[in-house]
Amino acid sequence: MAEPVPAIKLTGLRKRYGAGETAVDALKGVDMTVWPGEVVGLVGPSGSGKSTLLKCLGAVIEPTAGRMELAGETIYDGDAGGWKIADLRALRRDRIGFVFQAPYLIPFLDVTDNVALLPMLAGQDNAAARKRALELLTALDVRHRAGAQISQLSGGEQQRVAIARALANHAPVILADEPTAPLDSERALTVVRILNDLARQYHTAIVVVTHDEKIIPTFRRIYHIRDGRTHEEAGEGRAL
Amino acid sequence: MINLASRDVLHGWGKFLFTGIGLGLLIGVTLTMAGVFRGMVDDGKVLIDNSGADLWVVQQGTLGPYAEPSSLRDDVWRGIAGIEGVAETGNAAYLTIQMAHAGKDVRVMIVGIEVDRPNRPGAPPYLTAGRPILQGHYEAIADERAGLKLGERVKIRRHDYTVVGLTRRMVSSSGDPMIFVPLKDAQEIQFLKDNDALINERARTAANPAFNRPGVPGLLEAAQAAATQARNVNTVLVRLAPGADPAAVAGEIQRWKRLTAYTKAQMEDILIAKLIATSAKQIGMFLVILAIVTAAIVAFIIYTMTLAKVREIAVLKLIGAKNRTIAAMILQQALALGVIGFLVGRVAAGLWGPAFPKYVLLLPQDAIGGFIVVLAICALASSVAIRAALRIDPAEAIGG
Repeated sequence: MAEPVPAIKLTGLRKRYGAGETAVDALKGVDMTVWPGEVVGLVGPSGSGKSTLLKCLGAVIEPTAGRMELAGETIYDGDAGGWKIADLRALRRDRIGFVFQAPYLIPFLDVTDNVALLPMLAGQDNAAARKRALELLTALDVRHRAGAQISQLSGGEQQRVAIARALANHAPVILADEPTAPLDSERALTVVRILNDLARQYHTAIVVVTHDEKIIPTFRRIYHIRDGRTHEEAGEGRAL
Repeated sequence: MINLASRDVLHGWGKFLFTGIGLGLLIGVTLTMAGVFRGMVDDGKVLIDNSGADLWVVQQGTLGPYAEPSSLRDDVWRGIAGIEGVAETGNAAYLTIQMAHAGKDVRVMIVGIEVDRPNRPGAPPYLTAGRPILQGHYEAIADERAGLKLGERVKIRRHDYTVVGLTRRMVSSSGDPMIFVPLKDAQEIQFLKDNDALINERARTAANPAFNRPGVPGLLEAAQAAATQARNVNTVLVRLAPGADPAAVAGEIQRWKRLTAYTKAQMEDILIAKLIATSAKQIGMFLVILAIVTAAIVAFIIYTMTLAKVREIAVLKLIGAKNRTIAAMILQQALALGVIGFLVGRVAAGLWGPAFPKYVLLLPQDAIGGFIVVLAICALASSVAIRAALRIDPAEAIGG
């Protein structure tokens, strides 16, 4: 039987902003492993390096050193020239899903097209992209709002649509930045349950950056980040 | 792929439409300015075309009869008519005056024409109502813009004239409507002095011993009659025989009659290139400034619209939208704004153009040219916003 491959593997990842005396080391050697189908919490105080780590993982900013692998493929190697992928835009589009604190949906597209946009950007025809979008909206229980404008949705519904968009291109990794921050306890726990269900259903690795005390107990594994360094600990894995 | 530009426009169509209308009014002003210029050129051209002449014979060394004063005796046509290639001649007198009509002052150009037979050079080529002038005195044909009605009596200087015909687009190079009257009336209007001046002139002549010599009966009367005669015209309009070379006939007239003769091309050059040159430059400057202002406003609008979408653009970039997708969205919106603006501007110019006191000519080729320029300006203006959009960091979509 083949060795399981982690969806995310970070080894000694570093990020330095600036140079010389004013340089700031935001990440000082982060190690992290996330397996397919797993939801992992990334917890830490403000300024600890959470967002920097998320931006590195999302191929939005370039790390300074270390190694980053996605689904077994090295995408960054600080010892071998940096990025190993030429088209980072395509990497983000096809292999990484993003869920933000605010949903950041495109206000001039309806619900279906917000989700379908991602496969369309990847070159799928409109009909196939919309079919995929409707499948995901059904899975996320917002199929009935498929034709609605974004401004007509509640905060929870918007977040579900954002999650559907993150999944639209079958990304093996989803990065969720404070996805429950604007939601009340009930809705926050619902979002986490949805993420867990989707991780299992689509075999997706999900990293949830959060401060939210309500949802921290739901993670089985948590990475604490402080002063640019992570340490792993087992979570409570409280049932949802 | 979804057309992001059209979706964005439809999402906020009211705002977009009102912006387009605002821009359209500015474009309307620009098109109207171009129309004013075209109108000036057209006024000059119709003045030449409607005279029905191939040559203008004027006082030697002058640019008459439209650009400079010119005075000829009204019998010089006889000698001109005998030159080979000349088919017909017509004396004409032009004078711009201000007359009172319906309680308002109206500026008109009085044109004296020979009315002994129809279609003499100088006569209006067509009438929209009424009939040609048939009597030798006190009948008039007026351009519709003068505001006169058929059968109306109008006072011009000392006499009342009956409007027997109406015509259209018969205007001076300044756009003043023309009123055609018999040549002798026009000569009187232009050259004949008022009664007080005549009395004074006669007294002055009588006091001159050279004209009031004893033993020369009739000399004083002859001198006084000569001084009060109105036997001059401003130009002799010449219609050429088929196949005659205008330049050659003009050369003959200049050589043998000691007069200046202009061909149609030369007269167009005098009227359009010289007479309205300063006004044309003035309008040209205004058009350039308006084009720059329009470009600046479009650039500002598109730039502001783009900055309002920074977060959406950052998200689009983060989820993998290509730069050209984002650039196309901004460019298409700028072009859509230009199309709306142009349509509104063209309609506005068409609506308010006729209300202008001078002729505003909106030519299809100017509209097409204007449309291309508007699109070019919009495309150019959108480049500022596109540059700004492409500089947006996708990391802006992620907090921290």
